[in-house]
Amino acid sequence: MTYLADVGALARKDLLLELRSRDTLPAMLLFVVSTLVVFNFSLPADASPRAAYGLLWVAIVFTAILGLTRAFAAEREQRVLDGLVLAPCDRSAIWLGKGIAVLAFLALAEVVALPAFALFFQPVTWELVAGVALANVGLAAVGTLLAAMAAASRARELLLPLLFLPLVIPIVVGGVGASIADDPGRYLAFLVLYDVIFAILSWASFEYVVTE
Amino acid sequence: MIRARGLGRSFGATRVLRDLDLDVAERDFLLVTGPNGSGKSTLLGLCAGLLAPTAGELEVAVERGRIGYLAHEPLVYLELTALENLDLYGRLYRIPERRERSGMLLERFGLWEARHQRVAAYSRGMTQRLALCRALLHEPDLLLLDEPFAALDEAGAAVLDAELAELAGERTLVLATHEPERVAALATRRLALA
Repeated sequence: MTYLADVGALARKDLLLELRSRDTLPAMLLFVVSTLVVFNFSLPADASPRAAYGLLWVAIVFTAILGLTRAFAAEREQRVLDGLVLAPCDRSAIWLGKGIAVLAFLALAEVVALPAFALFFQPVTWELVAGVALANVGLAAVGTLLAAMAAASRARELLLPLLFLPLVIPIVVGGVGASIADDPGRYLAFLVLYDVIFAILSWASFEYVVTE
Repeated sequence: MIRARGLGRSFGATRVLRDLDLDVAERDFLLVTGPNGSGKSTLLGLCAGLLAPTAGELEVAVERGRIGYLAHEPLVYLELTALENLDLYGRLYRIPERRERSGMLLERFGLWEARHQRVAAYSRGMTQRLALCRALLHEPDLLLLDEPFAALDEAGAAVLDAELAELAGERTLVLATHEPERVAALATRRLALA
């Protein structure tokens, strides 16, 4: 219960910080909508649904990167992460609290992105919504770990996409597959498996990322 | 409480601390002096467990949650108020009476009136006072203070003087400063880094 209370306090703090500073979410919303508008004009009228779904996933992944580059900005500014690391709470609670906040920002961005996608490209199906929801968990889990790693580096803006993009290729494969395949269940199960494996790996390794 | 043998720390090719032997007993007050770049902050970071030695051995016989650490940066969120920052740390440090303790420290350090202001609106001195409140919040057994008088006005420094006088002999203190005369009477040990 104490662990969950720590996670709750840390996640609540991140949501409060965003509510006050409005640094991340407006940028993510603007980016994802702008990207879909640009894709709308760049995609030929006779393009296949596969291409449209592919572009949606590109927009989602890059929107996630945009949010993740800011994920540890508040901690970096005043070295607050040192203060959190010194606290007696389990350090994985820092990852989980931050991951929940990242997940919330991604979900809010998609609440805007999916209707925009339906407007410009294809109808939004339950398979797509399920795929996006499952992908968010994986994106937040892996992304939060890598954002913490990158935050310690001077080349963080460069490092995060370089580490993040190769690791989320399976999410794009699973997400696009779930959106267009006749049997989306296999791809959704694949996304669940990815989420479980990478969430456990990130949870267990976070301590080593934030300490020397 | 702290025992170092041949302790060294390098950052890349730059060696900041080298071959340091140190013994700090429980309730000692170690005053660390030295010019800029001599490794005072690095030593405190090592004792806090935020840095790992690159040479030698270091034992700090205190649990992580019983260390109070004042760094150059305040380690607080600028977009939260003083009260929100202390409440967050109070929760993470599992302080049951965190509101009373936060209120008492904020009052003592003259921040009570500004407790609902965001830290971003604080002056440098007010931020340093809040950083001291944060470091003292959980009544640590080992207090590591890096330039605690920096940016404090005379009133703030006087409060800190009184706080240190109260803590000396009750807790273990390691204090790095360029103003050693301010706390010289309280110190039981001295370490001059070159």
